[in-house]
Amino acid sequence: MISQSMLTVAYLGAAVLFILALGGLSSNDKARRGNLYGMFGMAIAVIITILAEVEANFELLAAVMIVGGLLGFILARKVKMTQMPELVAILHSMVGLAAVIVGYANFMDTTQVFSGAEKVIHELEIYIGIYIGGLTFTGSVIAYGKLSAIISGKPVLLPGRHVLNLILLVTVIILGWMFVAVDTHANALLPLYIMTAIAFIYGIHMVISIGGADMPVVISMLNSYSGWAAAATGFMLSNDLLIVTGALVGSSGAILSYIMCKAMNRKFLSVISGGFGSKTRTSSSTTAGEQGDVVEINVYETALLLNQAKRVMIVPGYGMAMAQAQHAVSEIAMYLMGKGVNVRFGIHPVAGRMPGHMNVLLAEAKVPYDIVFEMDEINDDFPNIDVTIVIGANDTVNPSAKEDPDSPISGMPVMEVWNSKTCIVFKRGMATGYSGVENPLFFKDNTRMLFGDAKESMAELVQQLNLLT
Amino acid sequence: MKIGVLKEIHLGEKRVALTPDACEKLLKLGFEVIIEAGAGVSANYTDQSYTEAGATIITDANTVWITADVIVKVRAPQQHPETGVDEVEQLQPGCTLISFIWPAQNEELLKRLQDKNTTVLAMDSVPRLSRAQKLDALSSMANIAGYRAVIEASNKFGRFFAGQITAAGKVTPAKVMVIGAGVAGLAAIGTAKSLGAIVRAFDTRPEVKEQIQSMDAEFLELDFEEDASSTDGYARLMSKEFIEAEMALFAQQAQEVDIIITTALIPGKPAPKLITEDMVKSMREGSVIVDLAAEQGGNCELTQAHKVVKHYGVSIIGYTDLPSRLPTQASQLYATNMYHLLTELTPEKNGEVVIDMDDEVIRGATVVKNGKITWPPPAISVARVPAYSETKMPEVDIAEESDESPSPVMTAIKSLVPVALGSLLLFGLGQVAPPDFMAHFTVFVLSCFIGYMVIWNVSPSLHTPLMSVTNAISSIIVVGALTQIGSSDTTMMVLSAIAILITTMNIVGGFAVTQRMLDMFRE
Repeated sequence: MISQSMLTVAYLGAAVLFILALGGLSSNDKARRGNLYGMFGMAIAVIITILAEVEANFELLAAVMIVGGLLGFILARKVKMTQMPELVAILHSMVGLAAVIVGYANFMDTTQVFSGAEKVIHELEIYIGIYIGGLTFTGSVIAYGKLSAIISGKPVLLPGRHVLNLILLVTVIILGWMFVAVDTHANALLPLYIMTAIAFIYGIHMVISIGGADMPVVISMLNSYSGWAAAATGFMLSNDLLIVTGALVGSSGAILSYIMCKAMNRKFLSVISGGFGSKTRTSSSTTAGEQGDVVEINVYETALLLNQAKRVMIVPGYGMAMAQAQHAVSEIAMYLMGKGVNVRFGIHPVAGRMPGHMNVLLAEAKVPYDIVFEMDEINDDFPNIDVTIVIGANDTVNPSAKEDPDSPISGMPVMEVWNSKTCIVFKRGMATGYSGVENPLFFKDNTRMLFGDAKESMAELVQQLNLLT
Repeated sequence: MKIGVLKEIHLGEKRVALTPDACEKLLKLGFEVIIEAGAGVSANYTDQSYTEAGATIITDANTVWITADVIVKVRAPQQHPETGVDEVEQLQPGCTLISFIWPAQNEELLKRLQDKNTTVLAMDSVPRLSRAQKLDALSSMANIAGYRAVIEASNKFGRFFAGQITAAGKVTPAKVMVIGAGVAGLAAIGTAKSLGAIVRAFDTRPEVKEQIQSMDAEFLELDFEEDASSTDGYARLMSKEFIEAEMALFAQQAQEVDIIITTALIPGKPAPKLITEDMVKSMREGSVIVDLAAEQGGNCELTQAHKVVKHYGVSIIGYTDLPSRLPTQASQLYATNMYHLLTELTPEKNGEVVIDMDDEVIRGATVVKNGKITWPPPAISVARVPAYSETKMPEVDIAEESDESPSPVMTAIKSLVPVALGSLLLFGLGQVAPPDFMAHFTVFVLSCFIGYMVIWNVSPSLHTPLMSVTNAISSIIVVGALTQIGSSDTTMMVLSAIAILITTMNIVGGFAVTQRMLDMFRE
């Protein structure tokens, strides 16, 4: 048998490896090694736990691990890069569900006996762990549904939702008190069940009232919750490895949420309290009506423009992912670079539906990562750019964030594409972006609109460019 | 001293060595200017305009030769094509001659000038120093030749240079390849570009790449490492392998482009043959080649000097008098260069020419001094590659000053409040919680800090892999389920089995998809 000290040492090693795994992500070349550290740490933790703790049901254990592992592996192989946010959401829900189950199982475990303050704390840990796990589970399921368009991406706003949230929270606290106060197991189960149901409802309600462009915040937030759920489980099991890992993941998600909120100039609380696009329209929508005409451009003229450009910036958004246009975009970038044109990509932090979404898509399309830049790195460079291509981005390139103090997105940092000499916007039609705010960019003198499906337009553009030379 | 200007006797030469403007400025330097009647007529400068500028018109060339102390010309002295009078013979002993001489190609002429006991300054031998740029007549003439080459080409070329979209259909732009991006090449690039053509240029010297690109033309690159930069600012002879690679590039370009302008010259050597007959054959009907090296034998095998010939439907222009075809412009620039040279020669501004052999510009230009050949001059190095290095401005952080900042005491109190509240909370916790819990709590808080430190360092481009890997590791919850699967209680066993199933899926899926993404970020 493995001694308690050996177990602790193994867990310590695993925790260190996890930290190295996250630290590795600071640069592209160290990241893969970091991921291997992570796998190694996980393998140590799982194997040592099996050796130390499991005394029966090995067949069942082997079966579920093999099936689970296979499922996970297939999922990871099959998933399209554009569906990354969905995958991440569904994986989050798994962590949440596991936290709930482990919490219940732990509560039902009658071999452990606590008393006094220890009992109170232990039960509180179970209670909190299940609560966070529950809302992570349903919240992630709803997020998955929204991202894969199974349910509408629009925020669903219940009347008096803030009051509802408050009532739910108070109920959870009261139930928690009841749960701790009752002395028999059977009596305690009822409040626990009700609380679990409330956690589920709360998770659904929280995510369903947020939508579209706020998804990066939601995903990061759920990421954070899944970490806190693991940490709470760690307290419940008195397992430092879980606590450390949970805290790492929890703070990681929290930082990502913070970055995303900052990129949208929104307060975290206002994002999770939901309902961005639903604010009653202010005067800006009326003034935005009279903005002049849009100037259309066709693919051939676009090719001519690009052919003469020396510096080109490509600004992708979620629309590129929806249209699966990343390969065509990459082809154009490669073609122009082959001609000696300075081509760069500018990525807004909240472009796409999860943090780093665009980077992954561009990497998939083999765009070298040294020409992909963050907004802060290149925003001052737009005046030197001959042609900017905006593909599938809308709110992140909206000048009213800077120019119109009444705009709902006022103050949000945006890509200043309108400062480039010419700006070509690839767009399906004149619909507004997620925020529902008119985009004055389309009416600027140096903006040309190329309407149509982004992928088809891009493919045509590649052809035209090849014809020109 | 008297400066004498002669009418050029070379057949078809329309330039003149001094313009009325230059005459006027020379008078201010203390010179007298005498000019042969009709010298400037072909360049559109009338005798009257010279008289108005203060020069004296002399009807007879011979009188000019005899009276002038300094003779300024464009072309080197030669025999008159009609009268047979030799200009060298007319040159008086002790006189100073300034004109193009080409001493490397005209050794015999140099000897005869020496025998005449004269002093000769060759406009073509002015060293390429930045100080001497204003008297560099070669550059002036090359500039004009480059411009005129494009104009001649457009004359023979049956299409627009610029692409257009007209009601009658699309016009594709002409494609021009310029070989050699010296002064003439760059002028050709600029002219062709401003006419709207697509311009590509090639040069053996990699440092001109930036100049080509700054003109908005495409720099054709060879997959080959060899540097043709030499210390004198001109191109030099390249290795055999390099030339082969270069020829392959030209052969390929010949099939694509409409107009080729070649300007490749290596000083003191016949022009390199860069465009073969086969390449000419492969060009489209109606294409044009302008060979600026025609006088030195031509860069194209089919070039005939002084003529336009047509082979395989391709017009090959071998004019050697391109600057003379723009006589007014050429004379104006040449005269300005001449004036600047004379300024250098009269430091006292008293109309007396002083040949100061310590001045490297004058030393370089002087090929015969008082009846002695002084050519070639000792070498001076003028390679200007690292002429400037980027100087970084020292970065200065300007501290932001805020007028409305609250007093330091207030700030301190404000920042202390959360700390105090946190401490109180922890204190309360410490009162009731068992030591075991506090140990875990310590681990928890410290881990949050580690997470905070580590995650801020994550590159934003890797945020998605970060999420998937945190997903995988947060499934460490599996440990909790593992401790319970051995339970004899069926409910617990089943619950644990489910938890293990989904967490395993999560762990494997999370790590696998992270690895897949990170592999894409590999270059």
